[in-house]
Amino acid sequence: MRAVAGRRSSRVAINAAAIAVIVFSVFPVFWMVSTALKTNEDIFTTDIVLVPTSVTWAHFREIFTEGIGNTSLWIYLRNSTVVALGAVLFGSAAALLGATAVARFRFRFRASFLIMLLIVQMVPHEALLIPLFVMARQAGLTNRLLGLVIINVAFTLPFAIWMLRTFVAAVPRELEEAAEIDGASRFRTFVSILFPLVAPGLVATSIFSFITVWNEFIFAFTLMADESGYTMPVALRWFIAREGIDWGGVMATSTVMTIPVIIFFLFVQRRMVSGLVAGAVKG
Amino acid sequence: MTDTALRSGTRRGRRTAPARGGPRPRGSRTRLTPYLLLAPTLVVIAGLLLYPLYRMLVMSTQDVGLREIRGEPAESVGAANFREILTSEVFWQALRNTVAFAAVAVSATLVLGTLVGLLIHRLGRVMSTTVVISTMLAWSMPHMSVATVWRWLFDEHGGVANWLLNQAPDWLTGALLGRADWSGYSWFLDPLPLYFVLTLAVVWQSFPFIAVSVLAGLKSIPGELFEAARVDGAGPWRSFWQVTFPLLKPVFAVLLVLSIIWDFKVFTQLHVLAGGIGNPAAYNLSLYAYAEAFRSPPRMGLGSAIAIVLAVILLVITVFYVRQIVRQEDVR
Repeated sequence: MRAVAGRRSSRVAINAAAIAVIVFSVFPVFWMVSTALKTNEDIFTTDIVLVPTSVTWAHFREIFTEGIGNTSLWIYLRNSTVVALGAVLFGSAAALLGATAVARFRFRFRASFLIMLLIVQMVPHEALLIPLFVMARQAGLTNRLLGLVIINVAFTLPFAIWMLRTFVAAVPRELEEAAEIDGASRFRTFVSILFPLVAPGLVATSIFSFITVWNEFIFAFTLMADESGYTMPVALRWFIAREGIDWGGVMATSTVMTIPVIIFFLFVQRRMVSGLVAGAVKG
Repeated sequence: MTDTALRSGTRRGRRTAPARGGPRPRGSRTRLTPYLLLAPTLVVIAGLLLYPLYRMLVMSTQDVGLREIRGEPAESVGAANFREILTSEVFWQALRNTVAFAAVAVSATLVLGTLVGLLIHRLGRVMSTTVVISTMLAWSMPHMSVATVWRWLFDEHGGVANWLLNQAPDWLTGALLGRADWSGYSWFLDPLPLYFVLTLAVVWQSFPFIAVSVLAGLKSIPGELFEAARVDGAGPWRSFWQVTFPLLKPVFAVLLVLSIIWDFKVFTQLHVLAGGIGNPAAYNLSLYAYAEAFRSPPRMGLGSAIAIVLAVILLVITVFYVRQIVRQEDVR
């Protein structure tokens, strides 16, 4: 009797703890969205309004039309998208070739190359900021989205190869050998056998890179001097540096920036764990 | 490092041998193929990661100001930049901030993450899915959004934190925190409350990754082991230290090192919460390096010297990460 009661009360305790974790995790996100949907009267009050009394889309309308700094958010969204897609396009192409080399060929320096990838992945970008800024400046790439694209390729490539190589290795070699026996060239085999089978992995890897570039702040912040070149994180940083912060507009901007990342993230989250913890987790 | 490199070197050697005598004869063209495939990657890594590292080393011994950034030759100053930072109170304060923050944030993240991982493992299907998805919201948010939201939660006027503290009985907050009236209290002026909010924001975002990793590890442990421990009379505490922890040690090792690396170089969140570079007492190493390099007039040489200190610390920690991964992954 007592054992049953004990088990039931521990069930209750566990579920209560779970609810506490859920509230702790969700509340800041909820608060971001709810602030974005509140009227200014509900935002700027000493008595906190938990759930908006009347939902308004005014903040969203405002940031997309006149914008916080007299520039519509569309410009920043466009900049962020251009940089992220550009970096993903170049990065994924290079990563696919690199991953194929590592997963399909045995060559000298292969192990050293993989170890170098691991180390390079961990080089703090914050430390590279200074030399890369000077290099970009001297190459005339500051204030240009192209400069950001190039730098972001370098930052996403090592992890992309590291992740993609397991996808390439998972494609049975026999398939390619069969195609080659049938007379297909190396290139043909790559295009019509390997590529379609690796495509899902390539999508997952690209999403990762996309999220990384989309979120990147410090380089976009230092390299882009003109407002018209700001990416989303830089625009947001700029909005909260102004006198009398318009929290409704800021939270609406933050929501717009976050939503695509959350959607993408839910797709690839599983691989994130296996990519970073590598062989440590085998589930 | 050399040790692991050597070991994997011999491993590679052994594997290469049979491949060479394999069924398909390889011409010199196929032997070149992997290098051609790697060429774009090598160019990018060499040009945008290794060369800048070299430039950073060179710049740390130079006086690099506005004119030098424009391309005029920089004057060498020897070790003067390093002498300057090592004798600067701001540097030691930044180093203290960095290390103390990392120590607190990493421990809090690992403890909370592990507890939540263990919790999810014991929950029913619906509840565990709900917890995983909610924590994932925090995990996936861009750093800039996280920083902005926590800055707003702790805002002096409209912030939820000050409102909550005002709801609590005055004698309680007065006794615990030395303040009863929280209206208009600013969290972002002094380093201590500032770093408190920073820790909250960083732990909030980082614990889900630990939880999910620990959960994946827990699922790989056969249930009979926990059963056996329970039969032996072990409670949850002993069962964790005698079954879970020893088996998941490699996972914890990697998570620990990754967390240290991430928390050592926190930049975006601090930049937002501290409101830029105006408050030297709030610097950590990455914000300090940035501040020296990009203040006006810029002192890129000095900034490089600080960045090198940060990079060297992280490199030492990275060696542990690489060793751990190489041991498990077999770098095949």
